[in-house]
Amino acid sequence: MEGATAVTASAPAGPVAMAPAVGGKLASERIKMNVRDLNFYYGKFQALKGINLQIPEKKVTAFIGPSGCGKSTLLRVFNRMYELYPEQRAEGEVNVDGENILTSKEDVALIRAKIGMIFQKPTPFPMSIYDNIAFGVRLFEKMSRSAMDERIEWALRKAALWNEVKDKLQQTGTSLSGGQQQRLCIARGIAVKPEIILFDEPCSALDPISTSKIEELIDELKADYTVAIVTHNLQQAARVSDYTGYMYLGDLVEFGDTDQIFVKPARKETEDYITGRFG
Amino acid sequence: MSAIPLNAARGDYRLPLHRRRKLINTIALTLSLGAMAFGLVWLIWILWDTLILGVQGLNAATFFESTPPPNAEGGGLANAIVGSLIMVLSATAVGTPIGILAGIYLAEYGQRTWLGSVTRFVNDILLSAPSIVIGLFVYTIIVAHTRTYSGYAGVIALALIVIPVVVRTTENMLRLIPNTLREAAVALGSSKRVMIMQVTLKAARAGVVTGVLLALARIAGETAPLLFTALSNQFFSLNLGHPMANLPVTIFKFALSPFSNWQQMAWAGVFLITIGVLVLNVVARVLFRHKD
Repeated sequence: MEGATAVTASAPAGPVAMAPAVGGKLASERIKMNVRDLNFYYGKFQALKGINLQIPEKKVTAFIGPSGCGKSTLLRVFNRMYELYPEQRAEGEVNVDGENILTSKEDVALIRAKIGMIFQKPTPFPMSIYDNIAFGVRLFEKMSRSAMDERIEWALRKAALWNEVKDKLQQTGTSLSGGQQQRLCIARGIAVKPEIILFDEPCSALDPISTSKIEELIDELKADYTVAIVTHNLQQAARVSDYTGYMYLGDLVEFGDTDQIFVKPARKETEDYITGRFG
Repeated sequence: MSAIPLNAARGDYRLPLHRRRKLINTIALTLSLGAMAFGLVWLIWILWDTLILGVQGLNAATFFESTPPPNAEGGGLANAIVGSLIMVLSATAVGTPIGILAGIYLAEYGQRTWLGSVTRFVNDILLSAPSIVIGLFVYTIIVAHTRTYSGYAGVIALALIVIPVVVRTTENMLRLIPNTLREAAVALGSSKRVMIMQVTLKAARAGVVTGVLLALARIAGETAPLLFTALSNQFFSLNLGHPMANLPVTIFKFALSPFSNWQQMAWAGVFLITIGVLVLNVVARVLFRHKD
């Protein structure tokens, strides 16, 4: 809310400054992911057009834009999820700590373990709450039962779910409410200790209370993780993110400091979108 | 825009079409109910006759004595019951893993590949192939060469009927699993194999088990494939290398015979198969419903 009002108030204040897309603040950050000349295709359709951007470490970066603008597609390139579908392909570079993950020789499973993803709809596996979290951990780590118990408690506490489920860890994950399921999925993602967590519209299927819990969680997560979030909800982007990218028709129109994007966007298109004149 | 007068003839102008629709509705409902009743009458009649005539022929000897020679008193269906159980269970044990693995291939790997389409097409043909064709096929490739009817040949023929049913249900059930679940597993760093074995197959478990049970129910009553393969055996035998007694062929033989005690035993056999299949179907349905 505050973001939107601020923009309407400041919009007529002056002409749109042609500031560089990347603000000065970003220059002082340590860059975790550097995307260069990224093109993406669904068959013959080009969904991403020459994307260049830098995602800073241990910050929340949000992507906003109208439906079909490519923001979810962009996120799905970051962990090579698109590779599950043979007709989808990406060109360019997605450098994580200097290594291009698109052409990396490393097994894609290892890359995905480092770059976790939370989806739009909660996707608990058909197993107990405990096993839902243990599933990912067991893929890469052999540990004793007690160490696993500890890891699971740690992950559930991080996801602010421990108090609600500590007495029913053996119940199936699907027995939880939608908001709890989504936090279970976040716990599951954290438990494998990724470096980057991608959120693909994580609250769009949730009620306002669950949404605010997830937002608080995202805010806490950035202490340890680099977070990228795609959202339809502009206020959410304004609330949770440090940096924001506005996308339209496969282009990254503007990218920069969230305060600057919402208060004083450099581009007219961005301003039209965030003030609700378009989209 | 001038509004449609709300009060004037409000009900009137709607009534004719509404009446017509109600009439058509009644006619359609009557026709469907009639069709359902027509189908049910025969089913209930069959079940009733099976129950009455079957129970009459049923006694302790049915389960403990082997089929009697002509013109002899007593005897039972023990050899046929045991033979049927052995062959049906072995065929399911052989056919299920092959069917599930092929179903996994079709749903998870070969969905849009050329090989997948061909396999799916051939499987559909096999699924609808008359069982007598399968019986004759196994006769030609096995019985004709080994020069003896055998339980093994029977198991192979029945397994050939199990496989396409299990392939089909496994594929269908796996395809019902949303891709989001697959993506969630892969996003944690799991390989495709682990994703299938621990997530999608688990999610589809109830459906797959149902498919196996329905396949089992289907082969329990198959006569034609056994007629050319396991044939039958008057004596109790656990040796799959020899002809093996089984319920369907025994029923076929006894029902056509002139001996009234044989005919009665045929009814008892029919009753046992019907009950068995009924129970399997009920179990399958309960399992499937439990899932949702």
